[in-house]
Amino acid sequence: MTKIENGNSSHGNDVDEEFLSFVLGDESYALDIMSVKEIRGYETVTKIANAPAFVKGVLNLRGDIVPIVDLRMKFDIGQATYDEFTIVIMLSVNDRIVGVVVDAVSDVVKFSAQQILPPPEFGVSFNTRFLRGLATIENKMIILVNIAALIGSDELGLMDLNTTAGQE
Amino acid sequence: MSVEMSQFHQVFFEEAQEHLQLLEQLLMALDIAQPDTEDLNSIFRAAHSIKGGSGIFGFTALADVTHIMENLLDKARKGEFSLSIQVVDVLLSTTDTLGEILNSYRSELAIDWLKVTQAQTILNVCLVDPVGDLSASDDGGLTPLPVVEPDALEGFGLFSEERVSSMKGSAQDDFGLFTAEPTLAVDPGFGLFNEPQLQSPQGGQSISPPGSAELASQPKAGAGLTKKVGNSAGDSTLRVETTKIDSLINLSGELVITQSMLALIGAEVPGELGERLQSALLELERNTREVQDAVMSVRMLPVSSVFNRFPRLVRNLAGKLNKKVELIVEGGATEIDKGMIERLVDPLTHLVRNSLDHGIETAQQRMAMGKTESGTLLLKAEQKGGSIVISISDDGAGLNRDRILTKARENGIMTEQSPADEDVWPLIFSPGFSTAAEVTDVSGRGVGMDVVRRNIEALGGHIVIESQAGVGSTFRIQLPLTLAIVDGMCVAVGEQVFVLPLVHIVESIQPSLDQLKTLSNQRLIKVRGEYLPLLDLYQLMALEPININPDQGIVVLIETSKHRFGLCVDALVGQQQVVIKSLERHYRRVSGVSGATIMGDGSVALILDAESLALQVKHLDGVTI
Amino acid sequence: MTKKILIVDDSASIRQMVEATLKTSNYRVTLAQDGQDALDRCKTQRFDLVLTDQNMPRMDGLTLIKLLRAMSAFARTPIIVLTTEASDDIKARGKAAGATGWMVKPFDPQKLLDITRRVLG
Repeated sequence: MTKIENGNSSHGNDVDEEFLSFVLGDESYALDIMSVKEIRGYETVTKIANAPAFVKGVLNLRGDIVPIVDLRMKFDIGQATYDEFTIVIMLSVNDRIVGVVVDAVSDVVKFSAQQILPPPEFGVSFNTRFLRGLATIENKMIILVNIAALIGSDELGLMDLNTTAGQE
Repeated sequence: MSVEMSQFHQVFFEEAQEHLQLLEQLLMALDIAQPDTEDLNSIFRAAHSIKGGSGIFGFTALADVTHIMENLLDKARKGEFSLSIQVVDVLLSTTDTLGEILNSYRSELAIDWLKVTQAQTILNVCLVDPVGDLSASDDGGLTPLPVVEPDALEGFGLFSEERVSSMKGSAQDDFGLFTAEPTLAVDPGFGLFNEPQLQSPQGGQSISPPGSAELASQPKAGAGLTKKVGNSAGDSTLRVETTKIDSLINLSGELVITQSMLALIGAEVPGELGERLQSALLELERNTREVQDAVMSVRMLPVSSVFNRFPRLVRNLAGKLNKKVELIVEGGATEIDKGMIERLVDPLTHLVRNSLDHGIETAQQRMAMGKTESGTLLLKAEQKGGSIVISISDDGAGLNRDRILTKARENGIMTEQSPADEDVWPLIFSPGFSTAAEVTDVSGRGVGMDVVRRNIEALGGHIVIESQAGVGSTFRIQLPLTLAIVDGMCVAVGEQVFVLPLVHIVESIQPSLDQLKTLSNQRLIKVRGEYLPLLDLYQLMALEPININPDQGIVVLIETSKHRFGLCVDALVGQQQVVIKSLERHYRRVSGVSGATIMGDGSVALILDAESLALQVKHLDGVTI
Repeated sequence: MTKKILIVDDSASIRQMVEATLKTSNYRVTLAQDGQDALDRCKTQRFDLVLTDQNMPRMDGLTLIKLLRAMSAFARTPIIVLTTEASDDIKARGKAAGATGWMVKPFDPQKLLDITRRVLG
């Protein structure tokens, strides 16, 4: 279980942004490092009845009940296996914590705005709504995911419609 | 060295808020014909306090308006100005304006100065208007607020240096000392002064030293009223930030979890050591429970703090709708968790508006029906077992079954031919549902009821409707007593453990085959001569059970507000107190589940929501066995 | 010797503000929320200066002053009454009650300090 300190990078256009790259199936992706709270191995979750299959369940993260979702299942990428190499990235998005299951985590990478190319319309497992763009590192293509949009999306359905009660 | 003022602002805002509430309450309750002097004094003091603080902390808009209000109230309490209903209305709407200005300062938004000057003007008009009785010698009533210019004036003075000033109301100095001899006024030792009439909650204080002190007739302090203003009713209270209490509650919750972990470990320690350990742990459990109760009670507040806004609301709304409504409030002293209070305001307000707008008929309609001219709205809170029940009842027209059914069928949400009433009423909670003939500006936009229900469910509660055409409707809200802790029975289905709140459990039995029957695809269990429907937890939770035959597992008999049924599980794990953790904090509401908890071994168990499980039970009307 | 000051005002925010201000000059400050509360304290403690608001529930400032003046311990204690304006009427009533002086609200902290120093010497 490793913990990553949130980077101090600002998000100006001419400044590098830091991303955590990870692997799903045989593609490389990356997400904004500022949203990463923690990285853990896959642990037993408590199943939630009648939730979609890609919502594996919830687990106890130091007192918080946190949902764990498997993006491989949701977007049908690769094989959803769970072994000692499986990683869960704990993300903090909109003041909520969500864990996403991935095959592996790679390095922290930096890209400047110029290095990020627009995402292609097709050929990518995720809808372009959820993508920030494409970048390359050492000839390897990395798909930059807009993780906040993805986690908050209706498509994943992880959040209720707004109640005036809001969050606890 | 200067002192940073903003640290006191929060306290001032809270105080000002309380003063405004008190102002509103007192003004509403004021008898115009014969106003109670003490009430007038309290009203004056409330305005005066707000003025004082806002002046010191620089909230000029507040100070400007309250200054004139205070003048008016001062004259009123001295009998120099008689209040009329119009003036009271002006004062009430000024109070509202002050509330808005206060919020602007609080949220650091721009001040609507137009509103401020309007409020000032209308108060001034009251002062000079012949409707009020002005004493001729009044100096115009338009005293400007004496602004303390730190550089210009000295700001104070000693009475010995006093210059005689013949101009009224012109402050040359803002401070003064009277003479070098401060004892001039009092003639010690002679009965010039009478016993003061003071409320002394401690009973008998000898205020009179050997030359008793006389007082000009001092008004008696009304203990009930002053309780709000400055906490002076004799009991000592403490203002605590809610964050501090919340962290206490979290900690006591963690204590419960740790204690249950210890209990697990303790159960495995053998021999005499184990026995001693277990009895100590039992003691720990008792203590933990007490700590929790104590901590939870810190957050409990009387419902009246929500209810007390309704007299005003009902008065205004009834006026607007041209209806006669009498509001009866019961059970205001019932206590509920502070967190719930804040979240009840919106739903309750909506329900009250709804009753007034659509429930209660106009006076003519009522009389034509043989009802009393004035409709009655009952707002009631009571504690029943492990829940708080808040109900809003009216004696109006009741819900319109046909209209609701038509609308529901239009929207495709009701397919049954003749649904029972209790299935029709909840349709109004469907999103976008409104059968109001016209959308009034009060309610009826159709965005209200579904949000009401969601808000209440988010609190772990339920809302139930009773209605009879022509007679009236009741909306009953049931809420858990606390947000945080529940006594539960842990049950297992396959590998997974669930928690059932004890408050709904009647008993658990291991049924014999002859107690079980099936009737038109509904399994039943016979308990004490009565047949109850059976639900399988493994089916509800889409899990693999160990047994699918109820006679090989356990049946937990459950009773909710409207249903009784049996729940089949594989085994009982044990009874324990659990800390309720929110699923919605990081995920979303899950039907059939009211929250989650962390077990002694760190794993997550879901807490079942008996009321929504009950909805899975099909009706057994008219079933003979 | 540290001077002890009693502040009497029904507004918590003002009490806190005055206390914080006076403490910067090392005065020992005691707070009371109305005349009755103040009186109770004065029965068991002496103070070098009393600053009291006029309009308070249970017992107002002028009443408090009259009662304090009747106690030998406070016969000569400087007592300043906080008033809303410095009209002659208010001054006269303050003086009649036995106050040593008056001060208009709102005041700023620096002024409060100046006055306090002046009165306490």
